[in-house]
Amino acid sequence: MSLTRAERTIVVSMWSKISTQADVIGTETLERLFSCYPQAKTYFPHFDLHSGSAQLRAHGSKVVAAVGDAVKSIDNVASALSKLSELHAYVLRVDPVNFKFLSHCLLVTLASHFPADFTADAHAAWDKFLSLVSGVLTEKYR
Amino acid sequence: MVHFTTEEKAAVASLWAKVNVEVVGGESLARLLIVYPWTQRFFDSFGNLCSESAIMGNPKVKAHGSKVLNSFGNAIKHMDDLKGTFADLSELHCDKLHVDPENFRLLGNMILIVLATHFSKEFTPQMQAAWQKLTNAVANALAHKYH
Repeated sequence: MSLTRAERTIVVSMWSKISTQADVIGTETLERLFSCYPQAKTYFPHFDLHSGSAQLRAHGSKVVAAVGDAVKSIDNVASALSKLSELHAYVLRVDPVNFKFLSHCLLVTLASHFPADFTADAHAAWDKFLSLVSGVLTEKYR
Repeated sequence: MVHFTTEEKAAVASLWAKVNVEVVGGESLARLLIVYPWTQRFFDSFGNLCSESAIMGNPKVKAHGSKVLNSFGNAIKHMDDLKGTFADLSELHCDKLHVDPENFRLLGNMILIVLATHFSKEFTPQMQAAWQKLTNAVANALAHKYH
C-alpha cells in the first residue's frame, strides 16, 4: 500500500496548518487515547497522565514531531522513521493494536480542529498515511 | 455487560439531542465507503459510488446512513441492554446480510469523526470516550448473535 500523488499532496498541505498547532494537537491526541483506550496507559506507568501534565505535553509534541518527519519524507517514510521503528521493535514493544487506536485519536483531533479541511478525501488520505506510518513502526517486530 | 455511568449517559444524550440524524448518518456511511472502499462490497445496488462526490451525493447512501443512525437513537434509549435491543438486527446481519462485524467498528469510528467535524471543541476527549464506549458496545451487540 502506498500513497497516490493526490494523497501525498493532501497530507503535505494539511500538515502546514497542523504544524502551527503541533503541541496542542499532540497533547489532545494523547488525552483522547488515554480517555478512550485506558489500556494504552499501561505503557506509561512512569508518567503523570493527568490533563495538563508537562509529561503529557512533552510526549504529545514528540509524537507529532515524528509524524511531521514522516510527512517531510513522505516519499520514503521507512527511511525517515528507521530509528523510531527499531526503538518500538526492540525497546518499547507497544502492541501493534495501539497504533490503530492512536491513529484514530489523531484523526478525531484533526477533524475537531480543522472541520472544513477534513473532507472525506482528506480523511481517507490521512487514514492511509497513518496506516503506512504504523506499518513502518511495526515492521521490525518479528 | 457494558455499564454506562450516569455522566456517560448524560454526555451521550446531550450531544444526541443536537444531532441531525439524516446529515450525520449519511456522512458517516459515505466516509466509510470512501475511506475503506472495500466496504462498498455490500452496496452493489446503490448505483454510482465512483468518487468522493458521487458517494457523498448518492441518495441511497444518505437514506441508508440515516436508517443506520436512527437505530443508534434506539440504542441510546436502551443503553443498559444493548445486546437485547440489537438481537434481531444481529441475526439479520449474520444470516441474511453476511456482514463481517469488523465493519461495525469501522462505521462506529466514522460516526465519531463526523461528530468531531460537526461539534468541534464540544467533542472533548471525555465526550469522545462516552461515545466511543457506545459505538464499541453497539458493534459488540450487533456481533453477539453471530454463529
